Amino acid sequence: MKLTRRDAMIAGAGALATAVLPLPALARGEDEIQAFTGGAEMAETGLTLTAPEIAENGNTVPIEVDAPGASEIMVLALGNPLPPVATFKFGPLAASRSASTRIRLAETQEIVAVAKMEDGTFAKASRLVKVTIGGCGG
Amino acid sequence: MISRRDFLQAGMATAAIYGASGFGSWSRLAAQQALTQDRLLEFDTFGNVSLIHVTDIHAQFKPLYFREPEVNIGVGDNRGKVPHLTGAEFRRRYGIEDGSPSAYALTYTDFAALAREYGRVGGLDRVATVVNAIRAERPDALLLDGGDTWHGSYTCHHTAGQDVVNVMNALKPDAMTFHWEFTLGSERVREIVAGLPFAALGQNIFDAEWDEPAESFAPYQTFERGGVKIAVIGQAFPYTPIANPGWLFPEYSFGIRDERMQEIVDEVRAGGAELVVCLSHNGFDVDKQMAERVSGIDVILAGHTHDALPEPVLAGETIIVASGSNGKFVSRVDLDVRDGRMMGFRHKLIPIFSDVIKPDAEVAALVDAERAPFEAQLTEVIGRTGEDQVLYRRGNFNGTWDDLICDALISQRDAEIALSPGVRWGPSILPGQEITREDIWNVTSMSYGEAYRTEMTGEFLHVVLEDVADNLFNPDPYYQQGGDMVRVGGLGYRIDVTQPQGSRITEMTLLKTGEAIDPERSYVVAGWASVNEGTEGPPIWDVVEAHVAALGTVSLDPNNSVQVVGA
Repeated sequence: MKLTRRDAMIAGAGALATAVLPLPALARGEDEIQAFTGGAEMAETGLTLTAPEIAENGNTVPIEVDAPGASEIMVLALGNPLPPVATFKFGPLAASRSASTRIRLAETQEIVAVAKMEDGTFAKASRLVKVTIGGCGG
Repeated sequence: MISRRDFLQAGMATAAIYGASGFGSWSRLAAQQALTQDRLLEFDTFGNVSLIHVTDIHAQFKPLYFREPEVNIGVGDNRGKVPHLTGAEFRRRYGIEDGSPSAYALTYTDFAALAREYGRVGGLDRVATVVNAIRAERPDALLLDGGDTWHGSYTCHHTAGQDVVNVMNALKPDAMTFHWEFTLGSERVREIVAGLPFAALGQNIFDAEWDEPAESFAPYQTFERGGVKIAVIGQAFPYTPIANPGWLFPEYSFGIRDERMQEIVDEVRAGGAELVVCLSHNGFDVDKQMAERVSGIDVILAGHTHDALPEPVLAGETIIVASGSNGKFVSRVDLDVRDGRMMGFRHKLIPIFSDVIKPDAEVAALVDAERAPFEAQLTEVIGRTGEDQVLYRRGNFNGTWDDLICDALISQRDAEIALSPGVRWGPSILPGQEITREDIWNVTSMSYGEAYRTEMTGEFLHVVLEDVADNLFNPDPYYQQGGDMVRVGGLGYRIDVTQPQGSRITEMTLLKTGEAIDPERSYVVAGWASVNEGTEGPPIWDVVEAHVAALGTVSLDPNNSVQVVGA
């Protein structure tokens, strides 16, 4: 059997959906955060961002944000071509200020969430999510 | 006021003394030809609860040889720390004499010579004897199986795990967690789990579609033993769908999920649990980090990374017990639980010296019955090892078994480069020993063993090596997958384990010509164990068997093609 080049790329040693070389993407998302917070300080506590350390499938990565007292939570995927993922808005009667969704990640990258609290303060949380080709677990 | 941590440290000192007496006396007793079952099992029953831990048996029923790693590099905070000590460093750390039975059981040095002296290890019939002896002293001891049990042999493959299930059931475990079991396919796993006479646990086994806890696996099971309410929480291997083919069990999602672990610990504590045990398949360094982040776990029974440690490791206020692999060890942990707290412990890692520990007749008969239909296939001799040739796998980089498998891929599949997965299972073969079909299956058996042949560019090969290296050498244990480096044939490289992903691997060389790997050029690559659905090729065991049969006698050239720096 002669495999085509394309088969070769697919068959590889793992699920090589994406070439995974982490790119410096530190400056990305800054504009969005600036626009969201107006440059205000962001607390390190008060917002919980839950995401897997290593994505099982980069095309659909479950994440959850939870910030008691938040009126809005913005989620950014800094390594995606378009970092903004979603902004969740909570009305004053919302019993829980949490939301979960699935996002698509092009490569290993930092996920950032920023919460705007009802009292006008902000909180930030981030998680590194690795997108890997998989391989050889013990 | 003595803190709980002081209590545990005092316990550690006792364990060290106990361990030292246990290990030291083996050496002396061996010299007096008195390495006996009674001495191996000697244990001054302590406290009110006993735990018995076995893990990563990989379907190994029969006594075998198993060489421990020579290279096991720790990175980040774990650099130079247990369990990343090997050989003389390991012996020095635990006060083990060179050439002693414990040196043979726990380190690689002089492996072939010591193996001839002390014989084989493991065998589930011997494990049964040890379990029964502990239960004779403590009838309500809990037997906990850390998983990677229904995988890894000819008979396991041909019975889809049923042979191992039947034999393990005879040992009467109380709970189990999972990893390679899932490679049987989710339908088969659910079928077996539905009939298990004990708890199938995994707080981190989720339904992939709904991202909710999976129905077939409970997060924990509570037991009442010695007047103590015990919660055993399961933690399956977090990266099962990444390190193994997720398409075989698409309904399940895993992950570390330490937030949920904390919730479950809090829940069982609120429900009155006085002792919280985590039966884990995280891998040792992940367990250590989890113990520091999740509060309230008393004991972690660690698996996956196949480490065997003569003493528990204290992380925060949690003791972590590591019990080896392939049926080579059983850990006994006695605990003193009073006033709702673990106040002290006593521990022994019991090496299963097969010539010293008597087989349990019932389990021995069961093992033979499971093997009987396949006996002719299993015992057929395919080749033999040369007079100086040990075949082993365990270690961060190529073992000799891997070199042989890569040679087989290159010669049988007409490839320039071979790739072989860095798994940690697979028994060893001594010099001058026959290689049977069973031996070849013991290092290759799996449900996705197709040996593919394909083309990859030099650049792509570099991406593959970098990706796998980061699974092993990422300084944050939560990003590690617990396997070893992908094994290579026909290819040399230099790896600096201290560098970040993308910069570890340099000087990739095609060994055949001595030329540097060209990122633009395509190379013919043969490999096996691809996690991709639809991979085609002959089964790897047939490829290796044809190669061994052609060789007759296996004598490999020493492999110096991987240069490791920063270790």
